[in-house]
Amino acid sequence: MSVYDKYEVVIGLEVHCQLLTDSKIFSSAPTTFGAAPNTQVCEVDLGLPGALPVLNKQAVEFAIRAGLALGCEIRPTSQFARKNYFYPDLPKGYQISQHVHPICEHGSLTVELESLSRRVRVMRIHMEEDAGKSSHLEGKPVSLVDLNRAGVPLIEIVSEPDLRSSDEAVAYLKELHSIVVYLGVCDGNMEEGSFRCDANVSVRLHGQAELGTRAELKNINSFKFIKDAINYEVRRQIDLIEAGQKIVQETRLYNPNKGVTFSMRSKEESHDYRYFPEPDLPLLVIDSAWLERVRAAMPELPAKKRARFVEAYDLGAHDAEVLCASAPVADYFEAAIEGYAKNPKVLANWVINELLREVSGDQTIDTVPVRPPQLARLVELIDTGVLSGKLAKQVFEAMVESGQEADAIVEEKGLVQVSDEGAITQIIDEIFEQNPGQVSAFREGKTTLIGWFVGQVMKQSRGKANPQIVNDLLRAKLEGQ
Amino acid sequence: MKLNELTMTQLKAKFDDGQATASAAVADVLSAIEAGQKYNAYITVCEADTLFARAERIDKARISGAPLGALAGVPIAIKDNMCMKGVRTTAGSRMLENFIAPYDATVVERLEAAGAIIVGKTNLDEFAMGSSNETSFFGPVKNPRDSETIPGGSSGGSAAAVAANLCSAALGSDTGGSVRQPASHTGTVGLKPTYGRVSRFGLIAFASSLDQIGPMTKSVEDAALLLEAIAGHDPRDATSVDRAVPAFQSFVAMGVEGMRLGIPREYFEAEAGVDPDVLANVRGAIQKLEEAGATIVDISLPHTEYAVATYYLIATAEASSNLARYDGVRYGYRADEAKTLLEMYERTRAEGFGDEIKRRIMLGTFVLSTGYYDAYYRKAQQVRTLISQDFDRAFSKVDAIVTPTAPSAAFRFGQKSADPLQMYLEDIYTISCNLAGLPGISVPCGTNKAGLPTGLQMLAPRFEEATLFRVAGQCERSLA
Repeated sequence: MSVYDKYEVVIGLEVHCQLLTDSKIFSSAPTTFGAAPNTQVCEVDLGLPGALPVLNKQAVEFAIRAGLALGCEIRPTSQFARKNYFYPDLPKGYQISQHVHPICEHGSLTVELESLSRRVRVMRIHMEEDAGKSSHLEGKPVSLVDLNRAGVPLIEIVSEPDLRSSDEAVAYLKELHSIVVYLGVCDGNMEEGSFRCDANVSVRLHGQAELGTRAELKNINSFKFIKDAINYEVRRQIDLIEAGQKIVQETRLYNPNKGVTFSMRSKEESHDYRYFPEPDLPLLVIDSAWLERVRAAMPELPAKKRARFVEAYDLGAHDAEVLCASAPVADYFEAAIEGYAKNPKVLANWVINELLREVSGDQTIDTVPVRPPQLARLVELIDTGVLSGKLAKQVFEAMVESGQEADAIVEEKGLVQVSDEGAITQIIDEIFEQNPGQVSAFREGKTTLIGWFVGQVMKQSRGKANPQIVNDLLRAKLEGQ
Repeated sequence: MKLNELTMTQLKAKFDDGQATASAAVADVLSAIEAGQKYNAYITVCEADTLFARAERIDKARISGAPLGALAGVPIAIKDNMCMKGVRTTAGSRMLENFIAPYDATVVERLEAAGAIIVGKTNLDEFAMGSSNETSFFGPVKNPRDSETIPGGSSGGSAAAVAANLCSAALGSDTGGSVRQPASHTGTVGLKPTYGRVSRFGLIAFASSLDQIGPMTKSVEDAALLLEAIAGHDPRDATSVDRAVPAFQSFVAMGVEGMRLGIPREYFEAEAGVDPDVLANVRGAIQKLEEAGATIVDISLPHTEYAVATYYLIATAEASSNLARYDGVRYGYRADEAKTLLEMYERTRAEGFGDEIKRRIMLGTFVLSTGYYDAYYRKAQQVRTLISQDFDRAFSKVDAIVTPTAPSAAFRFGQKSADPLQMYLEDIYTISCNLAGLPGISVPCGTNKAGLPTGLQMLAPRFEEATLFRVAGQCERSLA
């Protein structure tokens, strides 16, 4: 047993999601990403003297959606608070956030791993504004501040320390990511920072009740980095403890190039944020009518959709997971089912194995030329024996190329499967004539030659012969005489 | 009589009769400002060309019979903590000495929509923190009633401008008495509306939960007229209240027959430190109100003694946060040649803010700090609720409350500035009104032995400004 196995890993995650609202959380300035610096701002975002915040209703509804999706209680009254600290990209010298009374509390998210299912408690979701962005110019005593991001709405989803490994942490994040994207509240773009994560990591001996001293790993923006950063941090902490040293409570950053975490500031250096209720904003009151309106507009969530796909379409768990990983893919599949409902399994295979291969780069599931009714028709053609699987693939490729209907391509290229027994018998007879040696070898017991005969017939028919009929006729002729 | 010496109501009547033009009103105000520079009432006077151009447009519109706003052609001054697009807005601070506001405060928009001509920005205690106008970076304002004395604060410039006829009327802002106390010291009328009645959008914040913009005028009727123009819901201020704005002017002449007026005994007790002349004048006014048909009722506001302490905990806490934005990064004063970010912050704020500001930022930072929050800030909020409940109970018995505005008449420069606690007691009668979010008005109420004006304050339930106008209007008539 390795020394590392003596320890239990304890992880809690704080996830920041930028909300996909049209305007900022406390102003009417737009939230467009990638615009020229300091153009998506107004007097409120710039923290000009006299400017006042006004809460964006859409941001509230997005936060409620996230809360409902995670089974949270939505507080009838919640409160904004000021978090005070100085930094050049924080225009007012305080961030408007929620402190004592966040909008959502006491939820949970169940994470499925291969060997276990873990219910992770969600302590709270609170709303707050994002800060601007500072860039430090290499070698120059100058920093530049872009306030376009200042005031972009965020929700922070805080879990209890219920995760026990980096794998669980990643699984939790992926599930959360898929939920917020499903809900349409966040674009989930990790590179652009719309979905980012802080991890609180500590270790303790198995069986120990109290938590170890934690380190907070800040602002990690990929699933891989989260896993690597936690794994590094766990080893670092265990190595320190084994060497008889103490863990210091601190904030650490992860350097993905070196694969290490390093100290940013210790607890002693941490700010006293002097939180107090934001006097410029009244209490946020969410009455039951508003809550029900938001609830009624909630889309189906990934876990529920997966279960429904398995149940209603008789799909395997893996297929359901792949299809439900993104709402547009699941929607595509269901639209195709509407076109042809008799064989969901084959339809699922086509979506997963063929269609998703076409979705990359600029091509999305919504722009791919083969639309759901067209894919449905293709599967119907297979099911009814018009096309063999092999022919269907040729047709599919042509559909991707040209955007044409399957029937049109079949007709144009003459790809209709030959199921006429007379025609096939004629081909078989020719092959028997040309290869008497193979025929006698089969009859003398080398029955594995059946595959060779099938291949010859298919070749002769240029792939159009119905393989089932070919097989049946060949066996009848070879075995019957 | 020069046009600048008239009340707004009188001036409007002259406009309507064709006896005066906006251009002439602007000309009279500008020459009065020129002659009255010794008062130091203005920090910025708007360009004469711009003012005359606006006045001429209004005069032409009037001749052509075009519809005009309620304040068309009236020269008005605003306290220099309200943003006005393209005009320097300093808050009386070195920090914003050269700050040109890129947007209009809601009150500026509303004044302009009503046709008012904003002639300039008046002097004030730095960031509206002070009770004597001595903390302004631009020097103190002199009281036109006696230039050896302070005009009161923080809206001292607006009060002086009204008292010396350097405008027809003005706006001030009141966080703990900053409209009413200078009105009292300069013999003018000052109204603090209900919290939420007037938008704070564009008002440079001192203490967000207490600040309110209000009229400073030569008559009660003018205060009603000006409030009508600036009041009403503003979607850009989440604390502004969506509530109809009554025709306040119609209440001024209504009288007090049948009203019940409360006299809070705590405000008149010897230890409150009220000057005997002030007390005598207030008692005289109360008697006049009784003669006019009001019933005088003895009431108690038991938590009054905690008001000043409560106020200085809450106001400084909010101020410490509100003033964090003055960091030298985006606008305003920035210390030169700082080597590090921290040094830039420290020197900018050390050099850009005056002593009183720094004192309050330190106080406010302290009371919000971990370990002190519960003992100070939270406790203060609890007491604030108790003070508010005192008023709720009182208003179940009376329609309005009558008190002195300030404990004494205007004092001499330097008399209290060395002792902040003494200075803070200047607001002892005005502070509770802000803590409870009530409307309050100060009207002139006689003079002391030295001939300096003293004031009478009236308080009413939230959104009952109409009641204040009835009582204040009666006082004005009875004491004339």
